Amino acid sequence: MLGSGRAFRRPLPGRVSSHETALGHVHTRAPDSDAMNSRSLPYLLIAPALLFLAVFFLYPFSLVAWQAFSTDEGRLTTEHFADMVGYWKFNDTLRNTLWLAAIVVPIQLVLSLLMATMVSKMQRGRDMVLYIWTIPLGISDLAAGLIWLAIFEQTGYLNSILHGLGLIEQPVAFLGYQSKLTLFVAIMLAEVWRATAIMLVILVAGIGLIPKEYNEAAEVFGAGPWQRFRRVTFPLLKPSLQTALILRVILAFEVFAVVIALSGTQFPVLMGAVYERQFVLRDTSVAAAYAMLILAISIAFTLLVLWWLRVPKEARI
Amino acid sequence: MSTLVDGPVRGGRGQRVLFIATTVILCLWVLVPIYLLFVNAVSSSSDVTTFPKPRVPAIDLESLRFFMNYQGVARASWNSLVVACTTMVIAIGIGAPAGYALSRFDFRGKSAFRLLVLLTRAFPLPLLALPLAILYIRVGLDDTVLGIACVHALLAMPFAVLINFSLFSGIPVELEEAAWTLGCNRWQAFRKVVLPLVLPGLTASAIFAFVISWNEVFAAAVLTIEHRTLPAFLLQSLNSAPLHLKFAGGAMLVLPALFFIFAVRKYLFAMWGIANR
Amino acid sequence: MKMKQLPLLVGAALTAVLSSNVVHADGLVFWSGQAAKVEEAQAMRDQVLSGFEGEVDFQPNEGGPWMTRAEAEISAGKGQIAVLGALHGNFTTLADGLMDLSSLDLGDVQMNETFMELGKLGTDELKYIPWMQATYVMAANKKALEHLPEGADVMALSYDELVAWAKNMAEATGSPKFGFPAGPDGLKHRFFQGYLYPSFTNSMVTKFRSAEAVTAWETFKELWQYTNPGSTNYNFMQEPLITEEVWVAFDHTARLANAFNESPDDFIAFPAPAGPTGRGFMPVVAGIAIPKSAPDVEGSMELVKYLAQPSTQIETLKATSFFPVVDAELPADMPAAVQISGEAIAAMSGSADANPGLLPVGLGELGGQFSQVYKDAFERIVLAGQDVQTVLDEQAETLRGIMNDAGAPCWAPDEPSDGPCPVE
Repeated sequence: MLGSGRAFRRPLPGRVSSHETALGHVHTRAPDSDAMNSRSLPYLLIAPALLFLAVFFLYPFSLVAWQAFSTDEGRLTTEHFADMVGYWKFNDTLRNTLWLAAIVVPIQLVLSLLMATMVSKMQRGRDMVLYIWTIPLGISDLAAGLIWLAIFEQTGYLNSILHGLGLIEQPVAFLGYQSKLTLFVAIMLAEVWRATAIMLVILVAGIGLIPKEYNEAAEVFGAGPWQRFRRVTFPLLKPSLQTALILRVILAFEVFAVVIALSGTQFPVLMGAVYERQFVLRDTSVAAAYAMLILAISIAFTLLVLWWLRVPKEARI
Repeated sequence: MSTLVDGPVRGGRGQRVLFIATTVILCLWVLVPIYLLFVNAVSSSSDVTTFPKPRVPAIDLESLRFFMNYQGVARASWNSLVVACTTMVIAIGIGAPAGYALSRFDFRGKSAFRLLVLLTRAFPLPLLALPLAILYIRVGLDDTVLGIACVHALLAMPFAVLINFSLFSGIPVELEEAAWTLGCNRWQAFRKVVLPLVLPGLTASAIFAFVISWNEVFAAAVLTIEHRTLPAFLLQSLNSAPLHLKFAGGAMLVLPALFFIFAVRKYLFAMWGIANR
Repeated sequence: MKMKQLPLLVGAALTAVLSSNVVHADGLVFWSGQAAKVEEAQAMRDQVLSGFEGEVDFQPNEGGPWMTRAEAEISAGKGQIAVLGALHGNFTTLADGLMDLSSLDLGDVQMNETFMELGKLGTDELKYIPWMQATYVMAANKKALEHLPEGADVMALSYDELVAWAKNMAEATGSPKFGFPAGPDGLKHRFFQGYLYPSFTNSMVTKFRSAEAVTAWETFKELWQYTNPGSTNYNFMQEPLITEEVWVAFDHTARLANAFNESPDDFIAFPAPAGPTGRGFMPVVAGIAIPKSAPDVEGSMELVKYLAQPSTQIETLKATSFFPVVDAELPADMPAAVQISGEAIAAMSGSADANPGLLPVGLGELGGQFSQVYKDAFERIVLAGQDVQTVLDEQAETLRGIMNDAGAPCWAPDEPSDGPCPVE
């Protein structure tokens, strides 16, 4: 099957039609013989997805959203948001979530770019290395929390190793409430370990789409590795980067299971507040308000990524 | 390892050593925590809780055996498999056409649609679960494989749509145009030219769907009673279980996912290879 | 997996989907928020529920899914759940959807009256029937005993002696050896409500911000210095006791049971400490209720009756380490955990300075927020190191608001009030 496609692989000269964003660029030259109207065709194609999202997402979402903005009697109100912001832990919660995302996501971006570039350069063993690097994809956040707890807890592996090396006599409480820094680092490592693979897979696909000739040409003209990355790979990788970053950023704001497993209540995050309000305090309206906040932050950062990695029309090949 | 992995052809010896060393370190970074999970899973309960840990762990399958004999594990695993496969079918069946539309057409509402797809992941599922559960009970979807698969497909949708979008974008529209000039209509051109090229990539996006469904706990715990999936079944009871059982249960969840990714790794690779021109 | 096999797989999946649709539960679904531990769930099925005439499908769940499903079935007006089982606190927001069980004929079963009162959830109807109870005790590794301060009797400890003991252990071993369940699922709020406050102020609500309360928090802060910092991760103290991360711990009996059962010779249990106003302690109560949406009310009633029988209650004790709520003769062949913690409970309730408190009564759906006041006070005073009086003053405002909203009169150890329980 791959063989049958081989003849088509070589791109037509001067054309990398693949590299456009979803928000850009048109290709609608349907054959005249096509019975289907190409104006309605895209809508037909997204109709099933739209219908599905309407039933399974928009419907329950609108109910929850209404809860966030209304009183029991059905009046519009912002009091739930005032409750949320007035809670003494709110600032910590918001700051922790944003900080964690701000540190974890760039590390993951660099790491996954490095890994994807390495995969594309590999001559042998690519298959196996790619498999190993994508393993964390298959591990749920609950299991990941368990794994990293086994490493960092007081009787865990890290303490055992340090003890074995004679560096410590008593186990160190890495996850204790006074050691906020090690706690943060532990959560950060666990998150980087768990969720880099998602970006990696998307970037590997994206790098694969860049014709080798471009880099070779740049090399002929004397560009160094860094220049080649900046001037060739990076611009051509923008669409994949966009996808990878947006998905990752959105998931980063929902971080929860790993944080709870490692920190207990000592590192409050937004998603944890949703759970607490919804299931412990039974304050569903404020839980809904937190959910709306998560949504708003996600939208804001999605737009930010779209803007940062925009592909200007005139720069498109 | 150096015989298994090799770096770029060009570049000096030092560069190659650096390359291989980095690869090995990154592999260990991924593998060591998983190794620790499995060591804990096959250790006796007393070994799991001792400090410092023994250097050479003694194998004791007691904890794993507990789960093998635990009432309902086999059935929950089967449910999980069926739910995950159904999720795959729904997510790809709905996501692929949408991805194709995004890659080939410019239409009104395109950005809004793309944002909507993303936002399904930006809203906490535990809050959606209550209205969904009420809806399910009313329409009879409650406690069915199809019902839970639909929720999982919702979670997999952004991945399915976006990965398919970049896949289809990777196939030059000229190929289709060439087919049209040779007398194919749009559907024929798609089926004969585009589909064979993206099939391996489709499998890769199916992995996402499968894995997301396989690992999802909350919705499964709320929306099923008789058709419990494995995580809903295991993790619900694991939270307060003793440590050695937690590890054994965790390992039992991870293992099938590892096999699944291993089984389809060729297509992950193919997704890379497909456009490697 | 070859590409050609994909359609096959898809076909198989679809067949399975269609053939497995809408099969309803074979038996009565017992949707339980307790006994979720694997061994306990297995024991509930094999030893407790196997004696019931009909089929019972025991489904243990965590708080979130437990609540969501129960709420969904109640809102939808139909569902599969026959019987709900959970801690008192979990029922508080579901009251409207629960059947009135006051007409249920339990025969000659003698149910604990105080608990029956709790089951009304602030309404006139009996919303749940008590199912089982536990209380908090202290547990210690026998290695810890040699560090007891001079003259202290472990069976009649005071808070000051406990602090001194924790200090001795920390100094002798080089690391803090006292443990406290302050994790996200730990039951720390019940300690403050039912142990610390009654022992220092003879009150749970009224004297929330009093000078005595400040002393209580200062004492706890002192104890916290010698408390394992990992405590903020502990939900169940049995694990750190087994790993010897801590030597002395405080938790409720069911959450210590594994340690006692695993090495009965290494651990002892003893009463909670006493303060200036006595030895405060409080029960933990779980109840069973029938949602109005239950598919087979008759069957559910039978199951509830069965669970309240003394013989079932004793089997439940063996399975879960939760004690009976009815008069029942305990046989001699009890698991180690039951024997060990049973003695400590007897010593605690039989002590001269015993000061038993009640679970919050009449708070209705504000129960969760009531507990949050104590959790927040703990996090702010002890973890964040904020000024005690300031925090108590601020939290007292919240507490007063909750009491007024609920209109709940005081409960023991506070003196009964006419109107809502005042916060002085």
